[in-house]
Amino acid sequence: MKKTLLIPLGLFLVLVVFLAIGLTRNPSEVPSPLVGKPAPAFTAPRLDAPDQKFSGKDMLGKVWLLNVWASWCVACRYEHPILMEFAKTKTVPLVGLDYKDQAVDGLKWLARFGDPYDLSVSDLDGRIGIDFGVYGVPETFLIDKAGVIRYKHIGPVTEDAIKTIIMPMVRELQK
Amino acid sequence: VKLNRIPERSLMSGWIAAVIWACLLVVQISPAALANVAVPLADDPVVERRLIVISEELRCLVCQNESLAGSRADLALDLRREIRTLIKGGKTDAEILDFMVSRYGDFVLYRPPVKPITWALWFGPFLLLIGAVVVLVRMVRKGQRNEVTPVLDAAQRARAQALLKDSERPS
Repeated sequence: MKKTLLIPLGLFLVLVVFLAIGLTRNPSEVPSPLVGKPAPAFTAPRLDAPDQKFSGKDMLGKVWLLNVWASWCVACRYEHPILMEFAKTKTVPLVGLDYKDQAVDGLKWLARFGDPYDLSVSDLDGRIGIDFGVYGVPETFLIDKAGVIRYKHIGPVTEDAIKTIIMPMVRELQK
Repeated sequence: VKLNRIPERSLMSGWIAAVIWACLLVVQISPAALANVAVPLADDPVVERRLIVISEELRCLVCQNESLAGSRADLALDLRREIRTLIKGGKTDAEILDFMVSRYGDFVLYRPPVKPITWALWFGPFLLLIGAVVVLVRMVRKGQRNEVTPVLDAAQRARAQALLKDSERPS
């Protein structure tokens, strides 16, 4: 058999490998251009005390997590018990961003399911969410001491993601 | 006559019910419909036209096969509002696209920018085409060369010729 006849077969196999890799990737996870960049500055009213303002700058010097959630978000309910467990470990401050949600509904939700957050702020019109490139709730950002976003988790945080990605990064960043 | 009257009456009451229902529906639906659809259209038509041109270039990240102009997702609504504000703030189209890319990445653009990471995407098809043409030309040339090599040897050729001459004679 001529060797040249094997070329199309080889090309086909390359194509198969590319397509197979493509199938394992999740198209709804769009890598954020914000990873490695300073977190967008924001100031927002606290959910529990709207007259008090919280700013991202308040967290400078700390490694912290910003979790985007909402009372209307179904996937957040799956994530919630995992965040409750995570909050018990007191590893890093967990700040909630109640995205496009009425404060009343957000507070009711926290009262019903428990509040894992050190504090939550209200993003009623979704303006902060847009600056953070949020396109689906829940999303979670890991922010370092200098206020730089180091990691973005799209969709519900899983135990696996905490163990294999977030915790090792936190430990590294806290050094 | 008696038999006829009953269906007539039920037909009438059916009509009345339908009219009442229609009135109720109109009363209930129209304020909501006006609030959702009419308000954006009442804005500056020049701004709206630019908004449509820009947002057709952008992907809605919630439903990825829809443009930002066509999507009815909540986020698309918010982003259109955001773009409208930027347009009114005097931003250029390029600045508005930058605003979107800096938040959501190149993926929001339906036309990916030409840069090293997208070279394969932009130029790959042309490379494949050139490669295919080269292969095709080679194969055709090889085919032509093969044709020149005689299929019959001298003796076979002479016999074939003789047979052909035979068949030309009228029998």
